[in-house]
Amino acid sequence: MVLVLALGDLHISHRAPDLPPKFKSMLVPGKIQHIICTGNLCIKEIHDYLRTICPDLHITRGEYDEETRYPETKTLTIGQFKIGICHGHQVIPSGDLDSLAMLQRQLDVDILVTGHTHQFTAYKHEAGVVINPGSATGAYSSITYDVNPSFVLMDIDALRVVVYVYELIDGEVKVDKIDFKKTTTT
Amino acid sequence: MITGGGAFEDEEKWLAEGIAAIQHNAFYMHRALDSNNLREALKFSALFLSELRTSRLSPHKYYQLYMRAFDELRKLEVFFKEEDRHGCSVVDLYELVQHAGNILPRLYLLCTVGSVYIKSKDVSAKDVLKDLVEMCRGIQHPIRGLFLRSYLSQVSKDKLAEIGCQYEGGEDSVMDAVEFVLQNFAEMNKLWVRMHHQGPPRIKEKMEKERSELCDLVGKNLHLLSQIEGVDLEMYRDTVLPRVLEQVVNCKDELAQYYLMDCIIQVFPDEYHLQTLETLLGAFPQLQATVDIKTVLSRLMERLSNYASSSPEVLPDFLQVEAFNKLSGAIGKVIEAQIDMPIVGVITLYVCLLTFSLRVHPERLDYVDHVLGACVQKLSGKPKLEDSRATKQVVTLLSAPLEKYNDIATALTLSNYPRVMDHLDSSTNKVMAMVIIQSIMKNNTCVSTSDKVDVLFELIRGLIKDLDGTPVDELDEEDFKEEQNSVARLIHMLYNEDPEEMLKIIVTVKNHIMTGGPKRLPYTVPPLVFTALKLVRKLQYQDGDVTGEEVPATPKNIFQLLNQTIETLLSVPSPELALRLYLHCAEAASDCELEPLAYELFTQAFVLYEEEVADSKAQVTAIHLIIGTLQRINVFGVENRDTLTHKATGYSAKLLKKPDQCRAVYACSHLFWVDNPDGIKDGERVILCLKRSLRIANAAQQMANATRGSSGPVTLFVEILNKYLYFFEKGNPHITSAAIQDLVELIKTEMQSDTTASDPATNAYFASTLRYIQFQKQKGGVMGEKFDAVKV
Repeated sequence: MVLVLALGDLHISHRAPDLPPKFKSMLVPGKIQHIICTGNLCIKEIHDYLRTICPDLHITRGEYDEETRYPETKTLTIGQFKIGICHGHQVIPSGDLDSLAMLQRQLDVDILVTGHTHQFTAYKHEAGVVINPGSATGAYSSITYDVNPSFVLMDIDALRVVVYVYELIDGEVKVDKIDFKKTTTT
Repeated sequence: MITGGGAFEDEEKWLAEGIAAIQHNAFYMHRALDSNNLREALKFSALFLSELRTSRLSPHKYYQLYMRAFDELRKLEVFFKEEDRHGCSVVDLYELVQHAGNILPRLYLLCTVGSVYIKSKDVSAKDVLKDLVEMCRGIQHPIRGLFLRSYLSQVSKDKLAEIGCQYEGGEDSVMDAVEFVLQNFAEMNKLWVRMHHQGPPRIKEKMEKERSELCDLVGKNLHLLSQIEGVDLEMYRDTVLPRVLEQVVNCKDELAQYYLMDCIIQVFPDEYHLQTLETLLGAFPQLQATVDIKTVLSRLMERLSNYASSSPEVLPDFLQVEAFNKLSGAIGKVIEAQIDMPIVGVITLYVCLLTFSLRVHPERLDYVDHVLGACVQKLSGKPKLEDSRATKQVVTLLSAPLEKYNDIATALTLSNYPRVMDHLDSSTNKVMAMVIIQSIMKNNTCVSTSDKVDVLFELIRGLIKDLDGTPVDELDEEDFKEEQNSVARLIHMLYNEDPEEMLKIIVTVKNHIMTGGPKRLPYTVPPLVFTALKLVRKLQYQDGDVTGEEVPATPKNIFQLLNQTIETLLSVPSPELALRLYLHCAEAASDCELEPLAYELFTQAFVLYEEEVADSKAQVTAIHLIIGTLQRINVFGVENRDTLTHKATGYSAKLLKKPDQCRAVYACSHLFWVDNPDGIKDGERVILCLKRSLRIANAAQQMANATRGSSGPVTLFVEILNKYLYFFEKGNPHITSAAIQDLVELIKTEMQSDTTASDPATNAYFASTLRYIQFQKQKGGVMGEKFDAVKV
């Protein structure tokens, strides 16, 4: 069992002051093996904070990030899964699933983690799964109205990944989960 | 008198001699005791007691000698008690010992007998004690007298404590006991105070230190007073305290005064202190100027605070005796009396008083404000504080209400709070400002009116702008970033449900941050912009005119404000940030159906792109943001839309690197196809874009051939193929299956060509694209039919 935290679009300090306290108390150091961050932290302080939760931090560049040297895309392998990360402001139309599927084919990954729309989605298509963890702080978005803070925890176990999504709705943390199985492909 | 150099070694020698002499005589005394020989015992005891007549020892060394003698006297006392051993009645004994030759030994023996005498109950304890305490006056030498009286105190102590119940009983005898102790105390203090030494400063300091070590001898008397049963509040208030204070004030000795005031506070019960507060505090202004009054007062206040915390039922007493007012008045008087007190001392006193007030009377904000006001008075007329200890104390003073109330709004209601902050120099102001912000963040406080916001931003102005003297350049970059990020985060804590008030808050914040200068704007403008955009979104659904306010909260007005605010970023200069913010505003304007405004804002963004964004990487990102935003906006009429899309496509084709051009141009294809029911679906212009991007990809291929000898990545072709598939699926009639097939062939050819370097990523991409086509074919239904035509 490998726990991977996926989050992004925090927009601290441009659009939000901090992670919601209820999320902060859940993100305890030492429990998570990898962190995938889609970008738009935006300040170094948050980068450092994420590293205290887990030193294995993979992050791609969002258009507001203070650090301009994060890569545009990144790929890594965890267990049997190839995972790709991209913030998503480069994908047009924003949040369009077909265009994201195109990116997924290009990166040749089983799971594509992307952001920008601040809207949680988990979508399975022919080539794999596209996950958008939403905005961990519920930051303002031009694209999505009424953003609730959310993040994703993936539990990767052999050929199965369980995606837990945590959403803060009216002050309460609600959890949902989705199962994905990877068919042994070529 | 100690005179110098070898004095220390001499003292050691004398002490050793003295101890030896005591031991020698004590040996013979023991022999006498064993054979019940009273006369001999007295003779030898007088002899060893003579050693205590020395003037040659320092207090420390004298003490050691004294303890030796003391131990021996204990044995003698036991002997005295056992009348059958020596056959002498205690009355006679009392008479007998007075025949000792020298006064000091005589008095020691008298005290020893006296203690036995009292125990025997043959005589009024009062008379004996009175006698003894008077007779000790015979020794006026400070060290000798002090130890003698200490001995008297020691041997009588048990008896005194019991006087209320065992001996004669009744209030009179308690009074007698008290009188005795008070007198002994007074005399001991006088002797102690006289123990000053002359000589070189180094020696003098050592002697003062040793002298201070004897403080317990004097203090024990106060302990004794507190332990005598029958010394109730009334007696304490009417007799004990006034007499003790009289002695303390009149002795005019810094060391004694400090020690004794503290002793009184520690030894007697808090209840007594509360009830005698005025008397006790009345002594403070009369003390010597050099006494560390603030420490003593702070300990008193701490004790009283603990008392209040542990026994809440006494709170009414605190109010009844007006504890706060008295303490406050006393502090005022002390400060007045000690005109040379450094400012750090003054402020520390007020910190103690404030701590007391917050612990005992937390609901009395007027007390808090009063203390702050008193501070302001003391600080005014003086230049800004420079002493770092003093500024630390001011920060402590100002932080205390924040920590106690956990709500900045409370602190903001204290009229003197900002006035205290006015007296801080700019770096301390910043420290305090950070403390305030951290308190707000920690408690998740929301500041909800524009007035409060105004006061708050005034308080933290050290962070908002350059205060006199310190230009921003001098600051450490990390610190500066941290400060500005804190201000940015603070802005998100300002909120009011009512749009009118919220707009006022936004305007207030804007006015403050505009004074910040180019270095601060990139941090402070974005949070304000997004706060305003949130308000716009809220108002989007509200119809109708809002009348009655100077600047009604309408989206139009807010956009005007936004425009002005974002413009200031050009002075930094931060064109890329400004461009992003303009795009957000344009999209928000579109959502509000404000077409001209949206167009205007878009124009601003384009102008920035053309004139200010020079870096090619930045241009790529910027153009994608422009295309992405434009693609989503649906408010524009045909003409406006055409102008903007034409511009966007133009910029795309003019990017520096060919691959970037290619990608931007095919991204533009989405500008002509919007997937919702009334969205534009101009298939022809889509294919034009895609063909253009294909041409650019070809050109890129040729250039790579020319410069590097082998063709560049085929990946651009694969990307364009995927775009063809996208629009094919959406039903763009201009995209035919034949076109797709041709493209597939082209890619295959390029990949197999000798001159092409094989790129695994591109191969994988192509492979997965082909897989996708197969997948679509197998889907069946409409999609399957469509894809059936594609032969790959």
